[in-house]
Amino acid sequence: MCDTCGCNITPGNEHLVTGGGAHARTKDGRAAVEVMQGLLDANDQQAVHNRQHFDAHGVLALNLMSSPGAGKTSLLEATIDALAGELRIAVIEGDLETENDAERIRAHGVPAVQIATGSACHLDAHMVHDALHRLDLDGIDLLFIENVGNLVCPASFDLGQHRNLTLLSVPEGDDKPAKYPVMFRAADLVLLTKTDLLPLLDDFDPDRAERFLRQLATDVPFLRLSVRGGVGIAPWLDWLRAELAEHRERIARGEQRRPAIQPDGALLHEAATKSGGIGGRGHHHHEAGYGHAHVHPPMQGG
Amino acid sequence: MHELSVCLSLLEQVQAIAAQHHATAVERILLRIGPLSGVEATLLANAYPLAAAGTIAEHAVLDIESMPVQVHCNDCGADSQAEPNRLLCADCGSWRTRLVSGDEMLLANLELTVPETDRSHADGEATEPDRLL
Repeated sequence: MCDTCGCNITPGNEHLVTGGGAHARTKDGRAAVEVMQGLLDANDQQAVHNRQHFDAHGVLALNLMSSPGAGKTSLLEATIDALAGELRIAVIEGDLETENDAERIRAHGVPAVQIATGSACHLDAHMVHDALHRLDLDGIDLLFIENVGNLVCPASFDLGQHRNLTLLSVPEGDDKPAKYPVMFRAADLVLLTKTDLLPLLDDFDPDRAERFLRQLATDVPFLRLSVRGGVGIAPWLDWLRAELAEHRERIARGEQRRPAIQPDGALLHEAATKSGGIGGRGHHHHEAGYGHAHVHPPMQGG
Repeated sequence: MHELSVCLSLLEQVQAIAAQHHATAVERILLRIGPLSGVEATLLANAYPLAAAGTIAEHAVLDIESMPVQVHCNDCGADSQAEPNRLLCADCGSWRTRLVSGDEMLLANLELTVPETDRSHADGEATEPDRLL
């Protein structure tokens, strides 16, 4: 946590500091405490803080997610070249090991910070916060955060980004949105990449991929492009320009942008902020006794 | 496989709340998890003993309430059950729905052992922010 800027006491955790009140008791005399707090509370607080950093500098932060090898870095390289002289870009790269991706990005003349996660399968808000201290946010319009290649875990961690982008590449198969609903449901934009391979991989039906996406009750844009073939890049660049313009307008109005679908914790934080304090983030005490399914912890050492 | 980091985050919160209430033990933890949260209840239960070892919550019973996937239809107004990868309205088949339940990842409730002598203390203005954060 950041202890230097006063951000560690937020509407989201204020009740922990100021809370009190009588305990309710269960039948066997235990104190029952209702919490209703996101499981990733510390991460969510850090994400809120990161988002405030971005907004203070007018930066639009985009979280890029996909399986490994879907073409995130290639897309960024092409984007940096296409927007050279128009928008100032920086990149945070997440991988388990190596500086390879950051070096690829730097070769295109923009700043890049590599986060080596070790064995961690996702970036979290604290890792991104550390990386921010190595970037000059005043000189940046667009910050791309290239998450660890993984269609599962990155979807659960708010980094403070304004938008989630999910890539689906043709070799992966067109049913990925049905197989990984949490990831594709979190997307504010889905990019179908490597469309130049469609003639070779003719069992991939882009319309079917889009149908699986719509079955997740999402109406986000589904853009088809090929970096290698130079096809479909213009609509992607237009999306970026429009998002940045809208982002700047919202900042001017004092509003904050967030991804359309957010983890529970972020919603709780938002509710607490809207209600002006701890009211939206109840910390009530009452008798225990829910009807629920049990999942018993297994024997240790088994 | 991010359940261990979720568990470690959970344990931080549980320890903070237990300290605030001057509890000597955490007896039971109730979570609410929906399938669209991206967290698997059984994996979380597997990771829990590793994360909780040596903490005040080491012997706590971890109960996980599985939340149903439910949607509200923006076209016909019906509420219905859905599958995690098929969030369509069961009445009219529309995909223009809003998720009502199913993406929860919540610490809902804790049961603590609080000694009699500490009860009045804990019931008052408990403030130890440095231990909570």
